[in-house]
Amino acid sequence: MVSHVSIAAAGSIIAPRSQMGFSLGWHIILACLGVGMPGLTLFLEWRGQRTGDVHYRLLARRWARTLGVLFAVGAVSGTILSFEMGLLWSGLMEHYGSVIGLPFAIEGFAFFVEAIFLGIYLYGWDRLTPRVHLLSGIPIFLAGVLSAFFVVCANSWMNSPQGFTERNGKLTSVSPWSAMFNKATWPETTHMILAAFMVTGFLIASVYAVAMLRGHRDRYHRLGMLVPLSFACAVTPIQIVVGDWAARYVADDQPAKLAAMEGLFRGRHGAPESLGGIYYDNALHGAIRIPDGLSLLARLDPRAYVAGLHEIPVDQRPPVNIVHLAFDSMVGVGFALLALGAWFGWAWWRHHDLPASAWFLRAVAVSGVAAVVAMEAGWITTEVGRQPWIVYRLLRVDQAVNPATGIGWGLPLLLIVYAVLTVAIVYVLRHMVRSRPVPAAPQESDLADYEVG
Amino acid sequence: MSLATALLALIWLSVTAYALLGGADFGAGFWDLIAGNPDRGHERRTLIEHSIGPVWEANHVWLIFVLVLMWTSFPALFAAIASTLYIPLTLVAIGIIARGSAFAFRKAVTETWQRRLFGAAFAFSSVITPFFLGALAGGIASGRVPPGLANGDIITSWVNPTSLACGVLAIAVCAYLSAIYLTADARRGGHGELAEYYRRQGLLSGITVGVVAVAAIAVVHADARQIYRELLDGGLPLVIVSIVAGLTSLLLLTRRDYIAVRVTAALAVTAMLWAWGVGQYPELLPGLSLDQAAAAHATLQATAIASLVGLLFVVPSLAWLFVLFQRDQSRAARRDS
Repeated sequence: MVSHVSIAAAGSIIAPRSQMGFSLGWHIILACLGVGMPGLTLFLEWRGQRTGDVHYRLLARRWARTLGVLFAVGAVSGTILSFEMGLLWSGLMEHYGSVIGLPFAIEGFAFFVEAIFLGIYLYGWDRLTPRVHLLSGIPIFLAGVLSAFFVVCANSWMNSPQGFTERNGKLTSVSPWSAMFNKATWPETTHMILAAFMVTGFLIASVYAVAMLRGHRDRYHRLGMLVPLSFACAVTPIQIVVGDWAARYVADDQPAKLAAMEGLFRGRHGAPESLGGIYYDNALHGAIRIPDGLSLLARLDPRAYVAGLHEIPVDQRPPVNIVHLAFDSMVGVGFALLALGAWFGWAWWRHHDLPASAWFLRAVAVSGVAAVVAMEAGWITTEVGRQPWIVYRLLRVDQAVNPATGIGWGLPLLLIVYAVLTVAIVYVLRHMVRSRPVPAAPQESDLADYEVG
Repeated sequence: MSLATALLALIWLSVTAYALLGGADFGAGFWDLIAGNPDRGHERRTLIEHSIGPVWEANHVWLIFVLVLMWTSFPALFAAIASTLYIPLTLVAIGIIARGSAFAFRKAVTETWQRRLFGAAFAFSSVITPFFLGALAGGIASGRVPPGLANGDIITSWVNPTSLACGVLAIAVCAYLSAIYLTADARRGGHGELAEYYRRQGLLSGITVGVVAVAAIAVVHADARQIYRELLDGGLPLVIVSIVAGLTSLLLLTRRDYIAVRVTAALAVTAMLWAWGVGQYPELLPGLSLDQAAAAHATLQATAIASLVGLLFVVPSLAWLFVLFQRDQSRAARRDS
């Protein structure tokens, strides 16, 4: 435990926490697209080269350019996060920087490779042979997935800290590799990478679903929807299995988080699975309960014991309602997306076509936002569920925060910046969807235009 | 050389790469800002977009690298700097958001007023960001950032004569490097007039860098005697290299030797940075030595291994990007002539 206990009053951590939560929540949407879009774009380009179908090639080119813009903004919003690690959480970095740093350093390299090859891929579109161009895109995809893996490793360590020994507040031995590959690493990273694939697939599909609802039902729009939708629908059932695995890790390692997720005050054998409801007076009110459900899911045994919040000291309990409702939202949306996939799969199996109902397109049109909501809700569950700890059971958030006066001003400032950025990016993306020809990506250089100029 | 020194050198190499490559991209924003109205400035701005388009993203990553290597290898150094200098760092962060996204957005829009709006955001943030980076470097160099969490004055640590001088110097250096790169790019692209324009700007900004650097040394002499002595002590040979390379660059520019001037200009900036680094070594902050700041041996070792493996991937990729881009430009120039 660090010596400078409670250097900040509890109230003053709300602003830095909100600032971090807000910047992370904003960045993570772009990060998901950075992980998911390269693979889909390459698939389209490959299909285009194999079949000679111009629609595939046009879609690939469009997505690549959109990816270029999103990547540029994602890179800067990600940079802000590495600043904020020091600006806001200097206590964490001072004490545990040497334990948690390695995955960040490796992620830095992976991101570097991603940025370089994105430059090559976009710049080289008409300059490399089709084969080499396709190959030059593969490192973008691999580096994107690896970046996600390494950065989530750092978060998993905060949930499951290991790889060091501490005596009287001093680190005596550090093993950064064992810190990186901790108990939470595999369930958390897998869950997040699949979430990135789902967010990307459903978001892109929803753009074309909206266009189809507006009457653009040509092959171009159909393909633009079908490819990402099929991909996302295929990932969804896998994600639900992985989610179950992740939840069982939480049950084993973070009982307080699980109890908050379920709104369970008293630990018991045969704990019910609770859906919805509001938590007050140490109980969950108005929830739908499935008898023995939680015990079954968490321990694969309907009579198994599940710990409750009453076993956790009062000042170490996470805020239950936020965690419980966020968890239920994530699971609820996950199953709704599974149902959408089943509908789609059924129609395709029976008729080799999309479901005929316009409601299907409407459902796809909202699936993108729904997938984002589920992903954000998942992060809220993980992060708020760990409260009041920044490093689980070792360092509290109020001990990790930068004690400098005035850091609370960062929040309103950043909120303004992100509001402007959100408006601008929505405007630019809408513009890119509509304009012909497609505007160039920021990594491209318009040599033709340049030579005329 | 100890592992900690090796990692510090790697961080300093990344700082250098960021100054030479990322700095030139900031400088391009400076020239974009003063390029004139949309009609007159069109050609200049097109050249700028063309020159930094494929590479600015990769050039930016050096900064992220500096940050992650610093907090992994020297957590106490990182925490002290970030917690005391959080105001200029926040302003740098906002500048980086505005610059990167505005550059991306300007490419994607078509109407003049939108291009002007995003262009102004890009150009303005390109000028203020290096200022704040220079100011925080000045704060660290002048010993105003003590070890520990937020132990320094959150205002005077970066609002002081040395910081101000370093901030102005940073803007001038960025503009100078960029003018030199742009001159060569314009010439390779077969744009004689544009090359002449940037050559003149390069001369002008090169002289400015010289004047500001001399003024900065006088300011440092008055304001931060310690770093002044260290500069003249360990860093003197490098200071001399920097001055000679800077003067040679001006000579080469007047002689229109655009390739050699790239080398000497980069050398002048590199030598200046390393003079500071060598001068300040081995005390990173007042009372915080390299060994005190360094992370556990296992961490340093793992970071060094990861960095070596990472560089094996990064360096050839980066080389391919630059070669692809430069070769294509010379092909275009041949087509034109």
